[in-house]
Amino acid sequence: MRKIRTPYLLLLPGFGFLFTFFILPIINLAQTSTQTPVGGGDTGQYEQTLRFSNYVDAFLENKEQFGRSFVYAIIATILALAIAYPLAYAIAFKGGKLKNFMLVLVVAPFFTSFLLRTVAWKQILGEEGFVVPTLRNLGIISESTTLTSTSFAVVMGMTYNFLPFMTLPLYASIDRIDPRTLEASGDLYANGFTTFRKVTLPLSMPGVVAGTLLTFIPAAGDYVNAAILGSPNTKMIGNVIESRYFKIVDYPTAAALSFTLMAVILILVTVYVRKAGTEELV
Amino acid sequence: MTKESISAKGDLRLTRLTKSYGDFTAVDDLSLIIPEGSFFALLGPSGCGKTTTLRMIAGLEEPTVGSIHLGSIDITTTKPYQRPINTVFQNYALFPHLTIFENIAFGLRRRGIKDVDSAVTKVLDLVELPHLAQRKPTQLSGGQQQRIALARAIVNRPALLLLDEPLGALDLKLRRQMQIELKWIQKEVGLTFVHVTHDQEEAMTMADTIAVMNEGQIEQMGSPADLYDNPKTAFVANFLGQSNLIKGTISDNDGDSHIVDLFGQKISLQKNRSHANDQFIYAGIRPEKFRISRLGTPTSGNILTGGHIEDVSYIGVSTQYQVEMPWGQELMVFEQNDDGVAPFSKGEAVNISWEPIFTFGLRGDEDATAGSEVNPEELDEE
Amino acid sequence: MSNKIKDATIPQIPLGARVSRWIGRNLIRIYAVFAFTYLFIPVAYTFAFSFNDSGKSNLIWKGFTWGNWQNPCGAPEVCTALANSIKIGFLATTFSTILGTMIAFALGRYSFKGRSTSNLLIFLPMATPEIVLGASLLSLFLVFKINPGFWPTVIAHVMFCISFVVVTVKARIASLDPRLEQAAMDLYANERETFRRVTLPLVAPGIAAAALLAFSLSFDDFIITNFNSGTVNTFPKFIYTSAARGIPAQANVIGSAMFFLALAIVITGQIVGRKRKVSA
Repeated sequence: MRKIRTPYLLLLPGFGFLFTFFILPIINLAQTSTQTPVGGGDTGQYEQTLRFSNYVDAFLENKEQFGRSFVYAIIATILALAIAYPLAYAIAFKGGKLKNFMLVLVVAPFFTSFLLRTVAWKQILGEEGFVVPTLRNLGIISESTTLTSTSFAVVMGMTYNFLPFMTLPLYASIDRIDPRTLEASGDLYANGFTTFRKVTLPLSMPGVVAGTLLTFIPAAGDYVNAAILGSPNTKMIGNVIESRYFKIVDYPTAAALSFTLMAVILILVTVYVRKAGTEELV
Repeated sequence: MTKESISAKGDLRLTRLTKSYGDFTAVDDLSLIIPEGSFFALLGPSGCGKTTTLRMIAGLEEPTVGSIHLGSIDITTTKPYQRPINTVFQNYALFPHLTIFENIAFGLRRRGIKDVDSAVTKVLDLVELPHLAQRKPTQLSGGQQQRIALARAIVNRPALLLLDEPLGALDLKLRRQMQIELKWIQKEVGLTFVHVTHDQEEAMTMADTIAVMNEGQIEQMGSPADLYDNPKTAFVANFLGQSNLIKGTISDNDGDSHIVDLFGQKISLQKNRSHANDQFIYAGIRPEKFRISRLGTPTSGNILTGGHIEDVSYIGVSTQYQVEMPWGQELMVFEQNDDGVAPFSKGEAVNISWEPIFTFGLRGDEDATAGSEVNPEELDEE
Repeated sequence: MSNKIKDATIPQIPLGARVSRWIGRNLIRIYAVFAFTYLFIPVAYTFAFSFNDSGKSNLIWKGFTWGNWQNPCGAPEVCTALANSIKIGFLATTFSTILGTMIAFALGRYSFKGRSTSNLLIFLPMATPEIVLGASLLSLFLVFKINPGFWPTVIAHVMFCISFVVVTVKARIASLDPRLEQAAMDLYANERETFRRVTLPLVAPGIAAAALLAFSLSFDDFIITNFNSGTVNTFPKFIYTSAARGIPAQANVIGSAMFFLALAIVITGQIVGRKRKVSA
């Protein structure tokens, strides 16, 4: 009863737009990545030389930042998981009538601008804030340690900012678990911890996978947290790419770095999903 | 075509209707006439094709082969909104974003009728829910939603009203009540009802005519009494109520009756109640027609001797017995507890007798377990 | 025969055991309280410092004042940036919602060749790091000699919002009971009327949610905007560039106001949704 043409007509405007402003730019970025500066030309002038060694150069020059980006992203993802899982569990199983309200509370802080929140952390963790002086007075940290401009602050900022991306998918998955399966587990001689390990955790795996992906992927490419909460020693690959566009004009390197970033993310994600996927099968 | 089809009326005629999905055939060469003004039931187990047939009548599915006529007009390829047919869906399908009043008025408005007030009020009175007009469907109970779904269809005075297992989600008492009400409404309003159900008691209570469906085809069609007293196939005999089917051969003939040999014992079967086409036959008797008697007590009619009581179940109104016969088969007997006689006890030796006219005969090559839920291993076949 | 158990004294559970049992049962609730507190720390800080009598640099607490709330546009550039963010937000929301809803209907309602490829294509922008999205779009604009600015930003925002709109609306479409549309056609509504009177009203909440999501993504976006906005200031950009010398308290005011406004919208939506579901 439906005309065959309708779906294509509906898709046309949107996909046309996406093709022009998503696919094409990526293709253009690819061809930029193999260009070299025109000898004797102005800054910003390049010619296509199919110089694939751009990739090698770019990677080698910045391998420290690459490594750091992924380390930070992985740590932030793990921390976010550790913080978000019990929270999602609490909302799903102990939320009762307030469930929806609690979900709103999880998302609400993110109505203030992400930059305002990050700058707020900078000031809270800074010399003028209340955290550092208190910790110094308690003798937990020495007079000379600061919390801002450290990798600690950067990772902390990333963890905080990506929490809702981790919490919501986790919640969706945990909420689907029938509480009676947990009761059945207890009935069959499993204590609390074993029930969690053998029943709850496997059943919530889809949420864990979704949450970790939604956190890790943007985190790896982030540079704002590093810029505000970090120092030149904590530069991530995102900072490098940004500076190659705006400070030191070097488009081919920036393009090469971008693709390398995407490629590494893609590889890590594929390996992860394959591995997590097979573990899901009971 | 549109204008004509919307005002079609008369008998519904399905001719050689088939619906296939790939190599699965849901409805297989089905032909049927549903007389105008009758309460018609399509009865069968899940997966038998009854809902698919209903949806083809409504226009929600297109037949692979075959035609559908309403009166003299061919409506096979018309769209649902071009047919004067309305459906009461299984889960009611009330529009959650509209009030009850607007739900009921929906069909009237689409047909361009401006003044809907009186029609909607009248039908709300008919289903006894006038006070719910401004509520939303999610605020109603299951039983109320069901009646509104019915009202929404009836208000359009369709030539045909289709009901897709409408009482399935209701609890027992409510279901019984609705069965009576639906029957009353049908007579009151005079529409043709086509009711699809898997509940044979429901079909027998409500319908004038029942068509029993199995695996895409009609096994038998007739009044409830016809189908119950004189089933033509094992499926109908077992699906509608319960039956005892005893394997035998036609050994002789006595005027208008056959003499049937059942494992050495002879009984009589009226020729016009036999559907066998050779001498191999299943003699069928409903459990409530059997009478149990102790050895030595006088009996009449068809008699089977040599039985032993294997099981006794007291149900209040009746007692159900399983009687094991000499050839190994257990026969089911329902005895009314209406004369205070002490029920028979396990192990007793008894005879079974019944009025010969109650015997029906099925083809000897039938699958005696068709339509029953009994494990085939329990029916001892030689 | 008396029941001797009734006469015995009721055994008491020792206090220590009762306390530890209570903690065990409620441990996770206690954790949740701490977690929520942690989530709100920067929000509370921002809100508190919006009352700071700070002058230009809002780094140290100087004193309480209502002045910032009374004059939220007092600091230079704050309201220009805010206005830009809102304008871009509305434009991006409108276009991405329209385009995205159309795609969602195509993907959710029809089966056609290339459907799974299309699903994948929609997923790609969401899986690409923002920096790559922003940088690649900038590169394209430069090739065509288009300078970054207002409209390139709008285009960029529409681009990354479409996917989120599609996912949100598609989910709503998937939860639509197809029998409702069948019932409509059974009741004499043709395809167009069915869409207008049944499908669209029932999908509308999903479209509204998608629009809200698109607006908040657009408003809060920094990275992609940074690459494509040139000299046009947006609220997140403004904060980033003022971070070094101290953000004016007015920005805190606006941030807090946005927070309360969004909270109010969501809670109202929840209450309205709950009213609809009240059962008899």
